[in-house]
Amino acid sequence: MKEILDRITPKYDLQDVSIKDDLQAYVVVEKKLAIDMVTYMRDYEGFSHFVLMSCVDWIEDNKLQLLYLLNNPEKKCVIGIKVFIDRENPSMQSAHHLWKQIWTYQRELREAFGIDFPGSPRIEENFVLEGWTDKPHMLRDFDTNKYAEETYFPRTGRSTNDPATYMRQKLYPNQPVTAKKNKDDE
Amino acid sequence: MSKIFDFKPDRSKYPAKKADGTLDVDLRSQKYVKLWLGPNHPGVTGNMAVELTLAGDEIVEAKTHVGYLHRGFEKLIERRLYVQGFPTSIRMCVAEPDTNEYLIARSTEVLSGYDKDIPEMAQWLRMLSLEMARLQGLLRGVPGQAGTFSLGIGVQWGVYLRDLILDRFEELTGARVYHMYIIPGGVRGLLPDGFKKRMEENLKEIDNFIIRIRQLMFDNAIFKKRSVGIGVIPKEWVDLYGIVGTNARACGVKRDVRKDNPYLMYEQLDFDPPTATEGDIYARSWVRWQELIQTVDLIRQIMAKMPEKGDIRAKMPNVLHWRIPKGETYNKLESGRGEYGMYYVTDGSDKPRRVNLRGPSYTHAIALLEKMLIGTNIADVHATMVSLQTCPPEIER
Repeated sequence: MKEILDRITPKYDLQDVSIKDDLQAYVVVEKKLAIDMVTYMRDYEGFSHFVLMSCVDWIEDNKLQLLYLLNNPEKKCVIGIKVFIDRENPSMQSAHHLWKQIWTYQRELREAFGIDFPGSPRIEENFVLEGWTDKPHMLRDFDTNKYAEETYFPRTGRSTNDPATYMRQKLYPNQPVTAKKNKDDE
Repeated sequence: MSKIFDFKPDRSKYPAKKADGTLDVDLRSQKYVKLWLGPNHPGVTGNMAVELTLAGDEIVEAKTHVGYLHRGFEKLIERRLYVQGFPTSIRMCVAEPDTNEYLIARSTEVLSGYDKDIPEMAQWLRMLSLEMARLQGLLRGVPGQAGTFSLGIGVQWGVYLRDLILDRFEELTGARVYHMYIIPGGVRGLLPDGFKKRMEENLKEIDNFIIRIRQLMFDNAIFKKRSVGIGVIPKEWVDLYGIVGTNARACGVKRDVRKDNPYLMYEQLDFDPPTATEGDIYARSWVRWQELIQTVDLIRQIMAKMPEKGDIRAKMPNVLHWRIPKGETYNKLESGRGEYGMYYVTDGSDKPRRVNLRGPSYTHAIALLEKMLIGTNIADVHATMVSLQTCPPEIER
């Protein structure tokens, strides 16, 4: 894996290279070079098996992180090619011409994160949600609780527990609650 | 041969293509019929629909529709504590839920730095649980293929045999389908007393039926005539479509995560993944039948080689206050349907930032199935779909 990274790092001016172990590495590449690099890895470095295309919402940085995960069946290693794109009106060059299943990923990412892939087949079609007009549901600022409360009627007999408090009461019923709260709960 | 039995397709019936490459299907011309196969249909695997466009009884276009089971599992996991993700994740795949338990446990262990601390006994027990899951999945899937050709007795045998393994799961974990046995740091418990003896009795019963399944499927003229040369996957498609598991091995591409990137204690087991070269429904069924025999053998090997006693859990942080440093990892295993992976991202908080499951059906049931169905007879749709072992929940997550 290190030899491969040594070859491609200067070629694509990789900004952030992290090797998890001998068989897994992640690199960050500029948006304009990303599809070129994915094509190069497929054609010249033996990463012929496309594993996964994913997205992570880094809302605090106002960025979406796209991931192209490729596998080299000969060397048994995986490389994750990451691209950061703007969160406002996100768009990315389509890679549907490289592998036959990529248009499915791009169709899902458009529905779930609102990312446009101009030219990708059937990109406008619904994937899992039918007639969805709300904010893309996998974005961090889509509030699932609020959506559920507004959309569905409440059912009687349902209750919600804070896991930490509930477990404390279950495990130590006779002790007063003294443990500190999580930072996120404050 | 009389003309009525001449099944050579009349290409003039095929729709022309528009400028954008899509088919010009004019339903008012009465040349074509739209048929929705599913989402509720006994021949469809799970709640999935295939929108078919037919010219006569031949398929000219197929579109897979999913979403009937969408419950937003990935989003739910991202809004819960790490440990709360377990009961949610296992429901992403009914066929082999234990695969999700292992992947989410492994991901959290890798990112929090506890992956080297997992006791050996726990690793053997995890492997036993995963192979039992593979076996019960194959017991449903292999004779289930016979069911698509109206050989229904195979399905009934499969249900009976699968129940034997579910009995052992119930004994080991307390649950039949969703086990929650593999947890961060190890597993929930040791084997109960007498477990190995009872498992061996079950494996002997399965051995008896393995021969009957072969007679029902591979020594049967009906099965051969309906499966040989049908639903062929050329070897060149394996990388082009991202085909994995038995579907890839049946067309001569020998890939198995257990061999290529060994995990748990698989390096200590003696096995060689079966392959075929024809790539049709018959070959896929044959490979899976051989894998059935192999899985029974692997369970016997595990029970013979695993230690009698040992720690089953590493010391882990309090799961209610567990924070994992910022990081990302992709972990995978070989499920009964092929490479099954999970991309897991953490941001230093007490909840994961992103969880993305990569199930084999994501490619098998959409891009591949849609391509394979074109030009086939409508009677072969179910058999083709079942032979790909599609599982909709892992597509829509």
